[in-house]
Amino acid sequence: MPGTRRPRNRGPVIEVNELTKRYGPTTAVRELSFTVQPGHVTGFLGPNGAGKTTTLRMLLGLVEPTTGTATISGHDFRRHPRGLRHVGALLDAGDVHGGRSARAHLRALALSNRIAAGRVEEVLTEVGLTGAAARRRVGGYSLGMKQRLGIATALLGDPPVLLFDEPLNGLDPEGVLWVRGLFRKLAAEGRTVFVSSHLMSEMENTADRLIVIGRGELIAAESLEQFAARGTAPTVTVRTPDAGALAAVLASEGAVVAPCDEETLKVTGASASRIGELAHEHGFLLRELTTEHASLEAAFMELTADSVEYLAGDSR
Amino acid sequence: MTTVPVTVPVPRFGDLLAAEWLKLRSLRSTYWALGVSTLVVIAFNANAARADYVDYPHYNTVMRAHFANNALFDAFTDGAALILILTAASVGAVTVVGEYSTGLIRTTFAAVPDRRALMSAKAAVVTAVMTAYGAVVASASFAAAQAILSGRGLGLSISYPGALRVVVASALLAPVSALVGMAMGALIRHSATTMVLATGLLLLLPTFVTERYRWTACVRNALPFNAWGRLVQVNYGRMPYTLAERYPTTVAGAWTVFAVWAAVAAVVTVVAVDRRDV
Repeated sequence: MPGTRRPRNRGPVIEVNELTKRYGPTTAVRELSFTVQPGHVTGFLGPNGAGKTTTLRMLLGLVEPTTGTATISGHDFRRHPRGLRHVGALLDAGDVHGGRSARAHLRALALSNRIAAGRVEEVLTEVGLTGAAARRRVGGYSLGMKQRLGIATALLGDPPVLLFDEPLNGLDPEGVLWVRGLFRKLAAEGRTVFVSSHLMSEMENTADRLIVIGRGELIAAESLEQFAARGTAPTVTVRTPDAGALAAVLASEGAVVAPCDEETLKVTGASASRIGELAHEHGFLLRELTTEHASLEAAFMELTADSVEYLAGDSR
Repeated sequence: MTTVPVTVPVPRFGDLLAAEWLKLRSLRSTYWALGVSTLVVIAFNANAARADYVDYPHYNTVMRAHFANNALFDAFTDGAALILILTAASVGAVTVVGEYSTGLIRTTFAAVPDRRALMSAKAAVVTAVMTAYGAVVASASFAAAQAILSGRGLGLSISYPGALRVVVASALLAPVSALVGMAMGALIRHSATTMVLATGLLLLLPTFVTERYRWTACVRNALPFNAWGRLVQVNYGRMPYTLAERYPTTVAGAWTVFAVWAAVAAVVTVVAVDRRDV
């Protein structure tokens, strides 16, 4: 992409303010407020049905908010006669006509925004849809290929703001790596990259900031590090033939000990090295001593446990 | 507020026309629908001329004296008009409903947030394409029918009084029907329902509404199919073997019906999608 983009100031680009969307008796989004800064990949997380897609559609003027505002670069998106140079979006990879080829689909979009036909070839190459793939009708594409076409659509106008709704669905591992690299590159160029997902693990290696919502309400808006710190303290697994006695020693040192089976203990409140020292002092034989760090996934699950809309019957 | 500069060219309506034209011609279904119906419509009309050609020796003197009526009728038959209406309404509806049913409409509106301009461009492209289609089908039908009847020296030229009106009215029936299909697609946004209701409005309603009462005759005369029927009946009110209309209508009235349906349908197409969520 031509030209380097350096943000001149670091004001927020996406501003969502007291946003509410009701469909009859259902409230999809409730008084949601957050901002998204340029130059970062911001993850937009929440369980299924949390209101992520509705929020993104309101940002693009596709869905009218019941109350509140959602602006990009200070403007209501619908004020722009043409959109692709302002915001690139992949909302749903299926939002294409299966009867057209990828090239015809992109050419029509490019024409409507007066983008040169050469740019269509650039983005097709960038996402890896070249040769016969670009000429094939989209109806025959796999989900992963449709995601690539959706990403090509978002890139078409070389926009400063990019919105992606669940872009990793259906991509193979190589595709996932590529998308992560692409998002980081776009952010490094000073663009605002806002990516929704219902899987924390997808965001772990991609986003530097997170907006977490559940049941249409804001749960957290912070950096990835702050978010990770919310997780439970590390747990140490200890295996010893004399678990009962060791448990008593650790408890007397102030650790919280949960026996797993007759040989295994789960310990919190004491580090692995401290447990090792204590075991050595008291002459215990240790067969295992491992630390389990709280994962972001666990922090996410914990945080959104109360707001999961659709819960499988026997999952807990 | 923007941190990354954006240079945007002045938006032009012509860009949207070019995009919608590409969208229409990049779908195979467009070619199939227009191609097959072109052949079927011309075949229907040619067959009517063939039947007249074969039966002519058995016609009595009155029928022979008024054979020009038959020659004009064969130029574009009622059955052909029904097929033309169905095709045009389907093609028009599909340009709108096809976007909604696939989800493409969200991609389209994200690229062109000025929905009214977009729908105006769509309507303009559909009107142009369907007018061209109508012109081809109506001209070819007229030429085929008259060529067949010329075998008995009965074919009419386009300069025959009223012949041009038959061709023009039949040609314009296509864009009028296509715009009605688009408008219904924009209102209903669901493929099957749109097709059923468009067929009901354009094809079935004319057969249900009688001309018995003044108000039903008014409704009848205000329907596109009946307006077309009035325009192609060159000797309206002076035909042998037909009852005089109780509440007759005029050529100017029939053209007005065409114009009003087209204009209202175009406005509905543009306005209906503007504030609704997609």
